[in-house]
This record gives sequence, structure tokens and C-alpha cells, in this order.
Amino acid sequence: MTSAPFASAFTLSGRDLLGIEGLSAPEIVGLLDLAEEFIVLNRQIEKKRTTLRGRTQINLFFEASTRTQSSFEIAGKRLGADVMNMSVSSSSLKKGETLIDTAITLNAMHPDILVVRHHASGAVALLARKVDCCVVNAGDGAHEHPTQALLDALTIRRNKGRIEGLTVAICGDVLHSRVARSNILLLGALGANVRVVAPSTLLPAGIENFGVEVHRSMASGLDGADIVMMLRIQRERMAGSFIPSVKEYFHFFGLDEDKLKRAKPDALVMHPGPMNRGVEIDSSVADGPQSLIREQVEMGVAVRMAVLDALARKLPNA
Amino acid sequence: MRDPVRHSNGDPRPLLLANARVVDPSRGADFHGDVFIADGVVKDAAFGIANAGPPDGAEVVDCRGAVVAPGLVDMRAFAGEPGAEPRETLASASLAAAAGGVTTLICQPDTDPVVDEPAIVDFILRRARDTAVVRVHPMAAITKGLKGEEMTEIGLLTAAGAVAFTDGHASIPSAQVLRRALTYARDFDALIVHHTEDATMSGGAMNQGEFAARLGLGGVPKSAETIVLERDVRLVGDARGRYHAAAVTCAESLAVLERAKAAGLPVTASASINHLTFNELDIGSYRTFFKLKPPLRAEDDRKALIRALASGLIDVVVSDHLPQDVEGKRLPFSEAEPGALGLETLLAAALRLVHADEIDLVSLLFALSTRPAQILGLKGGTLKAGAPADVIVFDPHQAYVLDKRDLKSRSRNTPFDEARLDGRVLRTIVAGQTVYEYV
Repeated sequence: MTSAPFASAFTLSGRDLLGIEGLSAPEIVGLLDLAEEFIVLNRQIEKKRTTLRGRTQINLFFEASTRTQSSFEIAGKRLGADVMNMSVSSSSLKKGETLIDTAITLNAMHPDILVVRHHASGAVALLARKVDCCVVNAGDGAHEHPTQALLDALTIRRNKGRIEGLTVAICGDVLHSRVARSNILLLGALGANVRVVAPSTLLPAGIENFGVEVHRSMASGLDGADIVMMLRIQRERMAGSFIPSVKEYFHFFGLDEDKLKRAKPDALVMHPGPMNRGVEIDSSVADGPQSLIREQVEMGVAVRMAVLDALARKLPNA
Repeated sequence: MRDPVRHSNGDPRPLLLANARVVDPSRGADFHGDVFIADGVVKDAAFGIANAGPPDGAEVVDCRGAVVAPGLVDMRAFAGEPGAEPRETLASASLAAAAGGVTTLICQPDTDPVVDEPAIVDFILRRARDTAVVRVHPMAAITKGLKGEEMTEIGLLTAAGAVAFTDGHASIPSAQVLRRALTYARDFDALIVHHTEDATMSGGAMNQGEFAARLGLGGVPKSAETIVLERDVRLVGDARGRYHAAAVTCAESLAVLERAKAAGLPVTASASINHLTFNELDIGSYRTFFKLKPPLRAEDDRKALIRALASGLIDVVVSDHLPQDVEGKRLPFSEAEPGALGLETLLAAALRLVHADEIDLVSLLFALSTRPAQILGLKGGTLKAGAPADVIVFDPHQAYVLDKRDLKSRSRNTPFDEARLDGRVLRTIVAGQTVYEYV
């Protein structure tokens, strides 16, 4: 290839990327720096690299996904890998195959990279122990979603110039959110002041020991924030089990222009998608000048290329 | 918040209640003196206000031999609206309340439709403003339709004016649902009031025991109550939301309550006037006016409740006013509707405990006015200067035999019919205005 030499021979210490937990701050920064180079690449007409030429990447999704799966697919293809998508919910799982059997079956086909999403926390790590290739966690239950946290950090850094010292308010269904957990770890590691903002029913027990400030109202939670990160809330949690109704949730916790005024005037708004407009976020904010939501999607591809690239350098015969 | 009291044309005249025995439980006071009311508030309650001559334009009421105290705050009264207007309306309930010395009535959400949406809270407040003579605050449901499954809009209902949350005489079977409601309510500092009676064990008609066996009636064991209360206290320990047991009836429950309070949990409790003045033997030969939910217990339980009230372990006495029409009560005992009228006899019945030297008057009035106002975050229940002039004048010794035809309620199901009562409300004042006078 002919473009400028890449930052690096940057690699990660582990074979897999299972979570933000286990990454050092320099590793996180290294991934973000590497991703910056892919942003440039992705904006060119010629977007292809050959880092993963000859490699087989399987996107193994036990849970439906549009943006994450397509983002990993594009990332792999731009790096030259042969990418195969498997939606397991529609095949083996129905036939009763266990997770470990699926892993052993796939392993026999000699993939180089497995990108895995599963509805159960810890399932990706379990699978990783049974295969010989490198594994990337694309979201496991309510545990971790490391590439989302990396793309969020990249988006913040590019818009604010830094992460250290920023006040980031993570708002909404923290209890069920893997995005929240990964972000709390990553932003904390890079020196941001992280707040979680939610009704008590949507906060996990012991969250105050995560090194975050806990707020139960948007007014106090958003006060002086640099970044307002909204979380998606699942429909089935809105009808009286965790919160009384969509109406009440939007009234007290939905991000609209009024509530956003509590944050700093130059505060920026993020959402991992897909959004429930009129539930956790008002359209006027989601599509407004302070929104980074579309930029997050662009950063997603770059970050995933960086992750795949860094991991590929440690593959056998690399 | 809106003022739920009906506004008269112009301010009432200032009022001097003179030569009274003044009891202000909010500061433990019991003294001979006067109470001066103007501009809808208590201006002063002290000895010798009248000696300086009556204030300009004030109406002077000689209260010799009578007690002047804060109006009662009844945390649990079914007021009929919406949906049960033939049995009671906010207007008729408020007249009964005024005649009984109750100046603040907390109506219950087990109406038709259920008070589980802000619009219904708003409806009740408007109806009360237009038709009621005492203050009315609604409690809203904890779960939608009182089904015990999905929590209501606790935040929006609070904003609309609901003072607390309860599923009325329904108990929430799911620990998870109650736990989440307590957790969620805490964010709004909302009070959860729970009827502690396990549904699978409360199918009987009266207290389980020898007497039920002799009458051949199905029994409700005390454990139906204690198990749920015990569970709830554990949930409060987790969730830390404010919790109030709607009506404890037995000694075993008091032990649970005592442990919860000793552990510093935000737990309070009521006992109904019925359970403080009657026991299961009053049912006699299947008298359905004594069919209650939860049922009347044994005399030992009643005695234990009185001791707990005197010690403050039981915070509040409620009327548990539940009007039933004739058709609902003129049935075999096991098929009759539960419930008794209570608003109009609340004070007179409670004074029986004072006359029997089982509690002092200040402590009794504390549980009937100051304490419920504190728990609900209302301003009443005190005669301190500046407090709303919700004040009653009553003769604690006037004796009479109750005739149910004299009651103001639309229903007649009083357990005190033809009973001798000692204690008569002479005057009830709400926001400085006399809304009831015994003549």
C-alpha cells in the first residue's frame, strides 16, 4: 500500500478485546490515535487496506443488530478480510445447539477473527476460551460494549480536544446498559468526571462504588455537564415495571431543550442508537446543533478498523 | 398546590375561642387559654388573649368546659367519588368529616375509575373545591387499576396533587412490584401506604379462631397480615422508600413494626378506630356492620394496639371510613361487604380510650392530627402561630346515644348505632371559617 505509514506497530497486550476492563489507558489512547488515521482513510475514495488480506472474520450475532454488525462488516472489508455474517438466533440456536458447541464448530473452520454479540453477560468471554482465534466483544448482555465506548471517546476527543476533566452525564437505563458500563470504565480511565443520571429503578445496586456521581434528577445531573450521553430504553421496560409510562419517563428523564439548558452552553449530546424519539430524547435535540449522534456512527467504523487492525498484528503469521 | 377548600364570599370574621382547654399536640401543650384566628390562620394560642379585650371585630366564642385542638387529619377514608355516588360523595363525606372534627380528609383511590391517572386526581381536587367543606387530598393508586402489576405515574400523580400512594384495601402480591414502587417513589419522596393482607389467606369473613369456629365462618389468620408486613419491612430495607402500613390489627404485627423502627427504617403505621374500640366478639350474632377488612381481632390484640398507640409505636389513628349501602350489608355475614362508617364518630370513639385512662388526650390528638399531617407533609395538625386555622372545639364529656339516622353520610353502616358516646364536636373550623356547628 502506498499511503502514509501508519502510527504503528501498535498492538494490544491481549489476544482478544472482551471489554474496556483490562485495557490500560495507553492502550485506549493508542486505539483512539490509530482510529484517527482510519477516519482520514474512510473519507477517501480508495478506502481499502490489506492488513487483513487472507484473513477470515466471522460476525457472530446472537442478538439482532443493524449498526454494530454493518459497522464491523465494513471495517473488516476495508481492511481486506473475508467477512461472513452469522445471525445465530435464526439457525443453530433454534436447533438447540449450545453456545460452546457453536464455538467449537466455528473454530474448526479456522476463522482468524470472531466478532460476537450475545444477550447473556459473560457469554463472549466464555466463547473466547473455546476458540483459537481472536475474539472481539460486540456487546454481551448488560456487561460491556467496548467498541461503543471507544467510538464515543473518539467522538468526544475530536469535538472537545480532550477527555480528561470533562463532565460526562450518562442518562437513562443504566441498569440494563452495557454501553454505560463500558463508558464508565473508559471515561474514568481517561480522567473524565462521570455522572449517571436515572430513576432509582434503573440504577444497579452499588453503582456509587463505580467512581461515578449518582444523580436521580436531570436538573442536578446535567448541571454544568460538557457531554450528555443518552441511553436507549427498551420498550418492554416502560410499561410499569421499571418506570410507570413513556409519558412520565419523557417528562422527568427525556432530554429536551429545556433540560439541556442545565448543561454547559457548549455541551454536546450523544446517543448510541437506535433512538426512541419522544421517549429518552426529543427530536429537536437529537437533530439539533449540539447533537453528535451522526458523527458517532462515522467514528464507529474507524474505531472498529483500529481494533481489528491492532488485533490482527498479533495473529499468527502476521 | 391549589387550596382545596371552598372559598366563601369575603373573609370570615376573626374568631376568638376563649376560656378553653387548649390542646396543641404539635408541641405537647395542654393549658387553659384562648385561641385567636384571623385571615384563615391561627394568630395565637395562649393564656390571657381575651383579657386584653377581644381583638377588633372578632367574634368571641366562650369555650368554657370545651377543648380547642387542631382539626383531625384522617389518612384513610373512602369518599365515593368517582363511581360510588349513591354510597358517598365528596360533599356528604366532607359534611360527615366536619361533624366528626375531621378538617382534612385523605380519600382513597379504590374508586371507579381508579385514581391512577393525573386527570382523576385533578377531577377529585376540583370536585372537592366545589362541593366539600373540609380539605380533601387524594391518595393515588400504586399500581394501574389496583391490579398489583404495573406501577402508576408516581411522579406525575405527585405533581397533580396526590399526597401518597396506596392500592386501598388491595394488597400487592408481588414483592418485586412493591420493591420497584418503593424504589421509584423514593426519588419523588412519595409515601407508599400498603394494606398488609396476603390475598391467598384473606378469603375468610372474620378473625380466625375459636369464635369464627363457633359461628362456622371462614377465618383470616393474623399471619395473613404479619407475613406481608414482615416482607414489606425487608423491602423497605432494600429500597429505602417511605412506607406506611395502612392498618395493623394484631400484636404480632406490632413486634415487626417495633423492629423496623428500631432499625431506623422509614416505616410508620396506622390502626383503624374500629380495631382500637371493638373486638371479634362484637360481631355477636352475625352483625354485618362489624364485618371489616382486615377483620376485628381478639381483645388481647385490641389491648396491644392501644398500648402501641400510647407509646407512639402506632403513629396514626384512621377512621377507615367505608360507606356501604343497605344491599351490601343485608346479606349473610360471609357474603356481606366489609367496612364501616367512621368519619363522624372518629373523635368520640377515640375519646373512649381517654375516658378509660388508656391514653392521654394530647397523645391521642397527636395521632389524630399532628402525626398524620407530618407523615403526609401537610401543614395542619398544629395550633402554632401561622398554621392554617383548621381547628375544632369539642366537649369531651357530653354524653349521648348515637342514632344512625342523624349521620351526615349517605350510608348508614355505623357500628356505633345506639351506642353511648362521650364526646361531642361543637364547632369545626377550616381555614378560619366555621364549617360545622352543633346546635
